Amino acid sequence: MATTMDRTDLLSLYRQMLLIRRFEEKSAEMYALAKIAGFLHLYIGEEAVAVGAIAALRPDDYVISAYRDHGHCLARGSEPGKVMAELFGKATGLCKGKGGSMHLVDVEKRFMGGYAIVGGHLPLATGLAFASKYQSLDQVTVCFFGEGALPSGQAHEAFNLAALWKLPVIFICENNRYGMGTPVERAVALYTDITETARSYGIAAEQVDGMDVLAVRSVMRRVVEQVRATGGPFFIEAKTYRFMGHSMADPAHGHYRTKEEVEEYRKRDPLLLLKQTMLSQNLANEADFKQLEQEVGAVVAASIKFAEESPFPAPAELHEDVLME
Amino acid sequence: MVLSYREALNQAMREEMRRDPRVFLIGEEVAYYQGAFKVSKGFIEEFGPRRVIDTPITEAGFTGLAIGAAMAGLRPIVELMTMNFGIVALDQIVNNAAKIRYMSGGQLSVPMVIRGPGSAAHQLAAQHSQSLEAWFCHVPGLKVIAPAAPCDAKGLLKSAIRDPNPVIFIEAQLLYGTKGEVPEGEYTIAIGVAEIKRPGRDVTVVAYSKMLLLALEAAEHLSREGIDSEVIDPRTLKPLDLEPIVASVRKTGRLVIVEEGWRFGGLGAQIAESVYAAAFDYLDAPIVRVVGEDVPIPYSRPLEDAAIPDLPRVIQAVKSLC
Repeated sequence: MATTMDRTDLLSLYRQMLLIRRFEEKSAEMYALAKIAGFLHLYIGEEAVAVGAIAALRPDDYVISAYRDHGHCLARGSEPGKVMAELFGKATGLCKGKGGSMHLVDVEKRFMGGYAIVGGHLPLATGLAFASKYQSLDQVTVCFFGEGALPSGQAHEAFNLAALWKLPVIFICENNRYGMGTPVERAVALYTDITETARSYGIAAEQVDGMDVLAVRSVMRRVVEQVRATGGPFFIEAKTYRFMGHSMADPAHGHYRTKEEVEEYRKRDPLLLLKQTMLSQNLANEADFKQLEQEVGAVVAASIKFAEESPFPAPAELHEDVLME
Repeated sequence: MVLSYREALNQAMREEMRRDPRVFLIGEEVAYYQGAFKVSKGFIEEFGPRRVIDTPITEAGFTGLAIGAAMAGLRPIVELMTMNFGIVALDQIVNNAAKIRYMSGGQLSVPMVIRGPGSAAHQLAAQHSQSLEAWFCHVPGLKVIAPAAPCDAKGLLKSAIRDPNPVIFIEAQLLYGTKGEVPEGEYTIAIGVAEIKRPGRDVTVVAYSKMLLLALEAAEHLSREGIDSEVIDPRTLKPLDLEPIVASVRKTGRLVIVEEGWRFGGLGAQIAESVYAAAFDYLDAPIVRVVGEDVPIPYSRPLEDAAIPDLPRVIQAVKSLC
């Protein structure tokens, strides 16, 4: 835990996590109303990882993610309205409605995309880092992925190349315990300590409590500084939990885990943890949180309004962006 | 000047790497080994290990890395030791390189070349002899080039390296040693432009990559028997330059397509469909395809010979129409 705590700073972190939480809840609602279709994977429960990690970055650093990508995109500062419009498939969405929930991209924010073939974006992350190194730039690349990607061959190829060529990439494994419905114990051979996977490639690695935004940011600040200064990859296992189902197709607990287990993890809700810290340190009071709720609620409501009122892409858009002229 | 196909590729990459510091070459054995087929001979000496990068045997890994580097503004040339190994990297090529521009609504682009030899050489057996161009052509977001002549190889590879899109550039092991006249100095050849390699009036023959050599050889034989073939090399397979093929068919009324790939779902089927749609009324006979047999390529020489198009079959196909 950071020793000096600043009220404004912590409120800002809380606000970012709250934005993701309320945005995701609203997305689920919109899905139920058929405003959003296809696959929708919510980040609820994992907010501290994206917010804590991205808070340690510079605007010119690269961020890349998998298909559960709303949280990373919002934490990177993308406009909620454009993100929601993308989920609605509208022309004003980040990707003009062509990507959808799993493929958010915001190049201005150096959010290089969400990718939905598990393990397939880890090599891309090494390439972004390679480009920085090739051009002698001191950017870092942060690559988020779930523990479900760990057994994939492409992940291992990426680890090997990143270590071999000392690429400035930080792999953040969001270990939420389940790849869809399969627990990590049934998927990853080194499940008792998955950082061993990275260490076996000579990649420095550590674990962090992914429910504690301050812990995540603190570890990331140190790691980013180290990678920026000396190059070389780093691997962080953020121990986290998703409170909802894998996608909108399954309930919060399902057959693969118990209601009790979900309730147990909810006691360590990342928003709750930070709120408790702030209250106990007298850095905020209930009125502050109430005000944040109102502010964030208004932002999310505005994002829905923007998405609702935006037009669908014109038919001519179908053939645009296939190739660059 | 007369250059081998291999030397023409070497010159194209060398000129582009001198011209643009963002261009780099990455692949298995491209640096100190000088390329598995010596295409990058002398590169490590001229450009050093920063820009000529040997990789471990990890096609998905280094192809994906190159795609990421291209997203960040570099211009990678990925050498696949053979196109067969592209299958291992197919997820990266199809799901990332080809789609990133579209999925991002035009925010990102992937300016890169993936090159290497396709098709059969001599008795390399089933896993090293495949002609996979139809696979790549099937995917929106990729350009596919398969030149046969050294001058085309050089001019098209230079254009491919400068192109802002992912380009699959298919060579052939049996073409590397073939020679041809190559213009002196700087030139490029536009992607998506076919060329009439031999004008004729009786029958149109479309062939690409090393099948072009077969088609030209057949045309010489046939001319002695009074059959005048017009041989067209599309050079770029996607986007296909249909217009000169259609114009030729309107003149000759007959079309033979020669390809080494498998018949079912092969590229020639697509060319035939396009020609039927554009020039059905001008055809005097159904289009004939000379193709690879629908079998894995066998090792044994007589069986291998039987599996892929040869001179007698091309001649026979043309004669069947004339």
